[in-house]
Amino acid sequence: MKTTHKEVLFGLYDDESVLLHAVHKAKHDHLEIMDVFTPFPVHGMEEALHLSESRLHIAGFIYGAIGALTGFMAMTWIFTRDWPIIFGGKPYWSVPAFIPITFEMTVLFASVGMVVTFFTVSGMGFGVTNPTLDDRITDDKFCIAFDVSQSEEEEVERLKGFFRESGASEVSTKTI
Amino acid sequence: MSAAVSAIREPLITGGKTYHDITEDICAPTERTPSRAWIIAFIFAVSALAFYAFCVTWTVWVGIGSWNLNRTINWGWDITNFVWWVGIGHAGTLISAILLLFRQRWRTGVNRAAEAMTIFAVMCAGQFPLIHMGRLWLGFFIFPYPNTRGPLWVNFNSPLLWDVFAISTYFTVSLLFWYTGLVPDFATVRDRAKGWRKKMYNFLSLGWTGSAKHWQRFESLSLVLAGLATPLVLSVHTIVSFDFATSVIPGWHTTIFPPYFVAGAIFSGFAMVQTLMVLTRKVLNLQDYITLEHIDYMNKIILVTGTIVGVAYLTELFIAWYSGYVYEQFAFYNRVMGPYFWAYIGMMSCNVLSPQLFWSRKLRRNIWLTFLMSIFVNIGMWFERFVIIVSTLARDYLPSSWSYYSASWVEVGLFIGTLGLFFTFYLLFTRVAPVVAVAEVKSILKLAGDQYAGKEHTGKHPESADAHSHGGH
Repeated sequence: MKTTHKEVLFGLYDDESVLLHAVHKAKHDHLEIMDVFTPFPVHGMEEALHLSESRLHIAGFIYGAIGALTGFMAMTWIFTRDWPIIFGGKPYWSVPAFIPITFEMTVLFASVGMVVTFFTVSGMGFGVTNPTLDDRITDDKFCIAFDVSQSEEEEVERLKGFFRESGASEVSTKTI
Repeated sequence: MSAAVSAIREPLITGGKTYHDITEDICAPTERTPSRAWIIAFIFAVSALAFYAFCVTWTVWVGIGSWNLNRTINWGWDITNFVWWVGIGHAGTLISAILLLFRQRWRTGVNRAAEAMTIFAVMCAGQFPLIHMGRLWLGFFIFPYPNTRGPLWVNFNSPLLWDVFAISTYFTVSLLFWYTGLVPDFATVRDRAKGWRKKMYNFLSLGWTGSAKHWQRFESLSLVLAGLATPLVLSVHTIVSFDFATSVIPGWHTTIFPPYFVAGAIFSGFAMVQTLMVLTRKVLNLQDYITLEHIDYMNKIILVTGTIVGVAYLTELFIAWYSGYVYEQFAFYNRVMGPYFWAYIGMMSCNVLSPQLFWSRKLRRNIWLTFLMSIFVNIGMWFERFVIIVSTLARDYLPSSWSYYSASWVEVGLFIGTLGLFFTFYLLFTRVAPVVAVAEVKSILKLAGDQYAGKEHTGKHPESADAHSHGGH
């Protein structure tokens, strides 16, 4: 298991709308949220946390373009340079016949590339164990976490006050 | 949040569930010992799978002559089964991709199981072209790879090779899509498990934590994969239909094939989803998540696609007559009146006539009828492929080579065997993975749970939700 020896103060909420209000409030109070963990994607969270747009789809476009070129160029090279054969009296470079495979290669490269990229940039993969704060976060609890490794006692108290005011049902700390 | 709920939409989650109830109910089947029904079904499935292994060995050992194919009818049950299984494999990605793009909330109840079904069906489909080669161990020749025979390449202009690419891409993309969706749910099971199960689900969940950034990327990935899978799913059966449509055999050489095959594929795929869902919801006690509403929606799709297929059958007959081309006219006369007329009757009655019952809302919501109908459609779609392949080949251009074909026990065994393969995998899936997408169902709870939506919603909001949901921001 990877550990970063971070001391984390986290609060658990029972409902996503309460969580969303809390996140807005934290941003309003200029509290620096380490991360928010939820059992399912909560709508409005991206805006609330000011997350920048995912660039995954750009990567997907590039992979797809590579796939299309790979498929098309491979067939072109094979049928015009490496081993030209006439099929059914058609030209060597019979572009319409190459379309289905070019399309399939586009989809294949884009999909595989995006999935691999997604797991890699998110630090996930087979055999990876990332530290979790509470087992109920994948069930019905919504969590806001603050990194308090470097924080003063006063700052921690302020965060606890924030949790109380914003409706957290539980507050605790954990070193991960 | 409650502003987005329509009062006339029927709820998709019943029983006044909370988030925790959803986790409990859907994870439960993976946590308890299997029921008697499951064990009995599994014994049957594994026996059929063993028989499959036997029939494949027999085919390889004795040779392809153990099948009843002949010089005239050189495609029979093998390719019929192939097309049938590929068709069934279309519903999963349709539900998960196309319905995601159309923002249909009811997909969340059935997408997981339907995607699993897709993957297993495509695996079954892939068996037939390989076994059909006779020399199974040379199956890798179908892939273009630099070799020492020239190098001699495959024919990129052939629809049979397009099929290789289409089906292997489809399998890969469906598998990735399904598995990515499973990761958060495996994490849910992981966080409830103890001992070796915890280790196993920890491995399967890839270190998922539920971080906001990960969910953001996850949603972006799902959306783009859906966008890619939508044309993909349409391309696969289009390309399968090219196997026939690019030939010069009357009855196959028709431009209507691609749309007609795709509609038929969706039709048969949904029928198989219904077969599985009716059983799964009952056996695993998931009636609150796979509701009558879901069954009703899917029966509507069966009605629409069944009717499209019916229009295609009639269009074929009309065009054959209208073409004024005697070979084409004879091909269709032969389908209806020839030696395989019984297959044509089976196809027409199961695929076109019987689904018309679903115009009635009452019948669409009848579980027994839905189950019976799903079996009918499965049979009817098998007959469709049999009609297209066998009855066409049996009467070719030369009357002296006309022939008749019925399957040998090996061919029947291979078909039953792939059913065994399919159900073995499906039954294992119901034990290992949450059969309904836990996270996705939770995400629609406040929009489609019966305490929030529908005409008879109880208005019984959980405390915390109520306090803030009316405030807005």
